[in-house]
Amino acid sequence: MPDDDLETRAVDAALDRHRRDRTRLVEILREIQDDLRWLSPDTLTAVAAGLGVSRADVEATATFYAFFATRPRGRTRILFSDNVTDRMAGNRALYRRMLAQFGLSGDETSADGRVSVGLTACTGMGDQGPAILVDGRVVTRMTADRVDAVADLVRRDVALADWPEEFFRVDDQVRRADVLLGGPWVPGESLSAAIARGRDGMLAEMRASNLRGRGGAGFTTAVKWMAARDAAGGPKVIVCNADEGEPGTFKDRVLLASHAGKVFEGMAVAAWCVGASEGFLYLRGEYLHLKAPLEAVLADMRARGLLGRSVLGTEGFDFDVEIRMGAGAYVCGEETALIESLEGKPGRPRIRPPFPVVRGYLGRPTVVNNVETLCKAHEIAKRGGAWFAGTGTRQSTGTKLLSISGDCDRPGVYEYPFGVAIAEVLADCGAERAIAVQVGGASGVLVAADDFRRRIAFEDVPTAGAMMVFGPGRDLVDVAAAFADFFAEESCGFCTPCRVGTRLVKRLVDKVAAGHGTHGDLLEIRRLQSLMARTSHCGLGQTAANAVVDALERFRPAFERRLAAVDFEPAFDLDASLATARRLAGRDDADAHLVQEFEP
Amino acid sequence: MTEIENVVVIDGLRVPFEPGQTILEAALAAGVWIPHLCHHPDFAPHGSCKVCTVVVNGRNGSACTMRALPGQEVASATPEIQERRRTLLQMLFVEGNHFCPGCEKSGNCTLQALAYDAEMLTPRFDHFYPNRRLDGSHPDVLLDLDRCILCELCVRASRDVDGKSVFAVAGRGGDCRIVVNSPTGRLGDTDLAIEDAAAHVCPVGAILPKRVGFSVPIGARVFDAGPISEVSPHLARTEDGR
Ligand SMILES: Cc1cc2nc3c(=O)[nH]c(=O)nc-3n(C[C@H](O)[C@H](O)[C@H](O)COP(=O)(O)O)c2cc1C
Ligand code: SF4
Ligand code: SF4
Ligand code: FES
Repeated sequence: MPDDDLETRAVDAALDRHRRDRTRLVEILREIQDDLRWLSPDTLTAVAAGLGVSRADVEATATFYAFFATRPRGRTRILFSDNVTDRMAGNRALYRRMLAQFGLSGDETSADGRVSVGLTACTGMGDQGPAILVDGRVVTRMTADRVDAVADLVRRDVALADWPEEFFRVDDQVRRADVLLGGPWVPGESLSAAIARGRDGMLAEMRASNLRGRGGAGFTTAVKWMAARDAAGGPKVIVCNADEGEPGTFKDRVLLASHAGKVFEGMAVAAWCVGASEGFLYLRGEYLHLKAPLEAVLADMRARGLLGRSVLGTEGFDFDVEIRMGAGAYVCGEETALIESLEGKPGRPRIRPPFPVVRGYLGRPTVVNNVETLCKAHEIAKRGGAWFAGTGTRQSTGTKLLSISGDCDRPGVYEYPFGVAIAEVLADCGAERAIAVQVGGASGVLVAADDFRRRIAFEDVPTAGAMMVFGPGRDLVDVAAAFADFFAEESCGFCTPCRVGTRLVKRLVDKVAAGHGTHGDLLEIRRLQSLMARTSHCGLGQTAANAVVDALERFRPAFERRLAAVDFEPAFDLDASLATARRLAGRDDADAHLVQEFEP
Repeated sequence: MTEIENVVVIDGLRVPFEPGQTILEAALAAGVWIPHLCHHPDFAPHGSCKVCTVVVNGRNGSACTMRALPGQEVASATPEIQERRRTLLQMLFVEGNHFCPGCEKSGNCTLQALAYDAEMLTPRFDHFYPNRRLDGSHPDVLLDLDRCILCELCVRASRDVDGKSVFAVAGRGGDCRIVVNSPTGRLGDTDLAIEDAAAHVCPVGAILPKRVGFSVPIGARVFDAGPISEVSPHLARTEDGR
């Protein structure tokens, strides 16, 4: 059959491009899916045979990532970004409009096989949403008109390459620049300074800078690098974590779009310090549009001798960077899950210790750093640790990028010295009337207006870089529901408290939002949060219910307004659940209905 | 210099350990009971069920994955920690479909035994009633995923002991499920044999050898003899093979 030929060719070509290397399974599946639109059971069998691994293992990877389709889907796949800020900007109405355009009723594929329409997590376009992904390419600033235009293009089978370029426009929207966003990249300047200092000298500068990681946990970068330097077992690996999956965060996207040279040079500085020879940039699937430009920067740097063999003519310093794409899984931002993904497996966090700096990618010492952290290493190499430590606060040195979205006049990326007050940030972005901000994304903290004096710093309100603003009139129950949805979707499913807890929290929040909640349900949400925070395997489960409980505690009246007036309410509606029976019996008289009553 | 003793203190009891042992291994070797579900002495630490979570020097961690170190003060049997364990077990019960009275694993089931031991009296949460698969295609082994708790013991047994990798976990989050290694997805089309460790390791009734169901009647089974904390916890998997 011709179709079989097509499939065999696509599978073989992808396997060959990746030298039948099992660790590249995520890339292999991605490319096959690009050719065949979905990963059929036969495709999975063929890939397993080609790699010489168990078919079940290939199926495990193929079904873990949201962007892989293991069921047939439309020739065009449209996904609406569904972060809380997208919801605030009206994405659900646009989603329904798109569904109506094709006569679809929910996350499904049209009968003619032309198109599938669904929802996806935050696409990193919070400042120019609502956004959608069309076959992996992001389209920003959706409006009703743009929905209609997209539907028309799909209906006329116009190739993505021929769509109006304007649709794919992604702006940096830098609103406040400091040393990082304002400073130039002079190729090789920081790397040659690092080499001139010697490995130990550069590490001493890193120590003096007191730089702490920008990916969320705030681990001291110099300590991490020294541990990797001292670890046995090579060749060592530097990974740039460009997964940026935290809802509401998009500052890494801007760095990769306009400051990639600093990112890669920062990676080379890290490689110099720890003695690494291999580097990966793990780029989230949503940022596919950045891949080609980043490859171009890498090629340019190789041509300048900043990457490759004998970097800048330094005998014995070989280092190069390869870009690897993610495929839609928030948990892959967690560093050990990221490493599993780099090895071609489902992104499930590993047991720690051993930490990646001791045993990471393929068992080798591996440094995982955030995009912004590596840019900061570039600054330190250029201007020294003492200079760097002169900005910010004692425990939080340097500047910090914030991705600001939601109810404000000027969403975008802002760079401040650490220690800036939330109120000052809100004044700058035009959100003086905000009632709350969610700092640090869905896993961060919800700060209510009476705490806006608090400062952005590891000592006070830490953040990976998101600030979502909620203005007057926003109902925090809806906000809590959006976060509960997110975590129920993104739990990797490995451990009990997170796999089950995220779904229980979602059900309870939905029950409250629907007006069926009771005080007992609110209490249960808190108990679940406490359990999840204490027993979950990784940071995802540990933080998953925090924002919900923050909302509950700081905006209690919003929740109480929605509570049913009894102590116990079942989550189901007895009468509604009899609807099928009524339909089967062909009855709809009064006696075929139940009245649900509970003694208070 | 004083010699550092290889001893941890668990709920006030001094428990010696061999360097390299986990807290759970040291505890079980010393006859100190810490409830656990995804751990099995024959397999590498896994740490997914979280039933064994303890508090070590004020910090939470799974006893089955944390190395024992001198100076550790471990809290395990406190009312608060037991309450957590009860909740984790309740989570597992509502996530699957567990009809104990009709299950042929009843009395030999670790999940059921732990629930009795933890005095779990109600399911507490609304049941999810998932729609899961039953696979009777294998001549000697039944796969009923209604009861699977995703402990991955079958995955580890098949991969590390049998050298076959018959099982894997597919999907993500609430969609996680055990899949088998065959193009059809059916157990009958894999190379699983009744002699394999993977056919006998399941702590619940998800993987069951066929035709031996009630050879030992309910009431005379491993955990019918006494609470799991007193009956050797791994008997259920070794003695009668189920
Ligand atoms: C669920 C989860 C998601 C994460 N996502 C990211 C991410 O997208 N980007 C990132 O840099 N760090 C992320 N992290 C933190 C990383 O695990 C890791 O701490 C970080 O990349 C280290 O880099 P740094 O030291 O430069 O901050 C995440 C952590 C968790 C638990
Ligand atoms: S906490 Fe959640 S995401 Fe993390 S390992 Fe457990 S199930 Fe997976
Ligand atoms: S089938 Fe049994 S052994 Fe395998 S994961 Fe499920 S409960 Fe564990
Ligand atoms: S026994 Fe330790 S987590 Fe399951």
